[in-house]
Amino acid sequence: MKRRTFLSAIAASTMLAGAAVIMPATAQEDESYTIGVAIPSATHGFMGGLNWHAQDTIARLGRTYPNIEFVLSTAGDASTMVNDIEDMVATRDIDALVVLPFESEPLTAPVQSVAEQDIWVTVVDRGLSEEGIEDLYVAGDNTGFGRVAGEYFAEALGEGDKIVVLRGIPTTLDNERVEAFQAAIEGSGIEVLDMQHGNWSRDDAFNVMQDYLSRFPEIDAVWAADDDMAIGALEAIAQAGRQDEMWVVGGAGMKEVIQRMMDGDPQLPVNVTYPPAQISTAIELTALGLVSSSPVSGRFIIASQRITPENAENFYFPDSPF
Amino acid sequence: MSEAASPGRVQARRHSINLHVLGPILALVLLVALGAWLNPNFLSYGNVTNVLARSAFIGIIAVGMTFVITAGGIDLSVGAMAAFVAGTMILAMNALVPVMGVGVPLVLAGMAVALLTGFAAGVVNGALIAKVRIEAFIVTLGSMGIYRSLVTWLADGGTLSLDSAARTLYRPVYYDGLFGVAWPIIVFALVAIIGEVLMRRTAFGRHCAALGASEQVARYSAVNVDRVRMATFVLLGVLVGIATIMYVPRLGSASGSTGVLWELEAIAAVIIGGTVLKGGFGRVWGTVVGVLILSLIGNILNLASIVSPYLNGAIQGVIVILAVVLQRDSKATSRR
Repeated sequence: MKRRTFLSAIAASTMLAGAAVIMPATAQEDESYTIGVAIPSATHGFMGGLNWHAQDTIARLGRTYPNIEFVLSTAGDASTMVNDIEDMVATRDIDALVVLPFESEPLTAPVQSVAEQDIWVTVVDRGLSEEGIEDLYVAGDNTGFGRVAGEYFAEALGEGDKIVVLRGIPTTLDNERVEAFQAAIEGSGIEVLDMQHGNWSRDDAFNVMQDYLSRFPEIDAVWAADDDMAIGALEAIAQAGRQDEMWVVGGAGMKEVIQRMMDGDPQLPVNVTYPPAQISTAIELTALGLVSSSPVSGRFIIASQRITPENAENFYFPDSPF
Repeated sequence: MSEAASPGRVQARRHSINLHVLGPILALVLLVALGAWLNPNFLSYGNVTNVLARSAFIGIIAVGMTFVITAGGIDLSVGAMAAFVAGTMILAMNALVPVMGVGVPLVLAGMAVALLTGFAAGVVNGALIAKVRIEAFIVTLGSMGIYRSLVTWLADGGTLSLDSAARTLYRPVYYDGLFGVAWPIIVFALVAIIGEVLMRRTAFGRHCAALGASEQVARYSAVNVDRVRMATFVLLGVLVGIATIMYVPRLGSASGSTGVLWELEAIAAVIIGGTVLKGGFGRVWGTVVGVLILSLIGNILNLASIVSPYLNGAIQGVIVILAVVLQRDSKATSRR
């Protein structure tokens, strides 16, 4: 706690000093900026992809705008992320912060205090729990993610067809997706046999799918809601030798899955995007806002698109780890 | 007065010791009955095979953990270590494909890499604990973080996947078996039997218990304390290697989220099985029962979905605590 007051004291004094220096200089052409980027560490496929895209974008923008410096930090939990952000403000004198909050609640107050110091704030993906703090909000469309998948199920299946659902880690984000999915299949007569949490993990999804398979003699399709889970589920289905009975829809466009779709795997008819590259959109817009007069404040929601074997090529990033 | 009281006391002790031994088995039988009652497929060949095979990873590790805990140690790094060993094994096999081609030697080389990596990791943990004399909790807490970030780094934040041809060849190691019994189950059974014999019938097992009960007394009784302590961690490291050999062919991949919380599951299984967390007494067969109890709870909850899936963790927690409370009660009476 002492450290925090110490840091914020430093932060406050640097900001005062900084403001005095920067204010008259803003009109100059060769103004230099620092952008801080705080994201969760790469412990899961999607976050691995997001980390890769963040580093890739920073390297590219560093070449495009030599006058912008970037500070990237990755945190394994909310309190580490708060520390990182405090350090960025205190020691690197950042002009803008791009943050993907580890959790909404604990990050709200710290990010608010950053915004109050006249630092531009871009929030990515997971919103803060209070409105009006951030200058720019960039996110994937969670409702759309569930809806687009649900719409495909409603088209492809009919009255009395049976499906099972693998949910993610219990979060509001997961609830939004599942509710939108259920809304989209409503009235189609599709029977949802069960929903369990696969926690966005291959191993958990494998176990849950094995149990589904021994419990239900008839399953027509699986909504796995994430490609890591889809891969676990496909493996369990293959073990049971029931590949011909059902197909699986994952999500977020993992490269192995996109590859299989490009090869025309009948078990993977479609996929739904939830791009980890949204962090790139956020960083680029933030940089653009700093160096140009383009207005970038507001909300930027990246639509969830349906990937089919025909357009899969456009969504294939062979260099990304995800 | 004492003459009158002692037969009763002996009687009570004998009775309660039986309960203590029977506790975990009783819990297991109750769970099986509950499962069979809730879902007719519970006792089907497929479901039983699935549950036993997926228990094998934690099970093999938990057998090793029984020795570590009996000797008064603890190892928090096994989950991260398993992920790291799996990552190293996959990278090594992928690198060897162009050299050796895809064949049985490649798989054997991969297995050797897994065993060696596990062995080396066990030696590092053991040496820091037994020779440098740092608290086991601290050493393994540290190595947990090291292995976890190493595997994330090796995978570049994503997932390490085994070469697909090698995968096809290696896959039967998890999915096939002998006489309809899957390989992971066979390996788990062998490890458990050897572990039980080691614990009960050898000097090493007795030395572990002596060391866990009192290091001073063990030292005065000419037990080579450092070597025994070191050996428990090396044994556990090798078993993590064996568990990984069984794990990799299942999904053919490893990532930063592989093996998360395995260490706690293994420790829970050991304690449910009647081994004393403070050391001094260990029971390998109890650990096996503990592992089965833990994976059966998950299986039954998936098969039945009677409550909100949000509460599954709570139910598991309650059953784990109950299983231990049952034993502790009977043990308290036996001591009185």
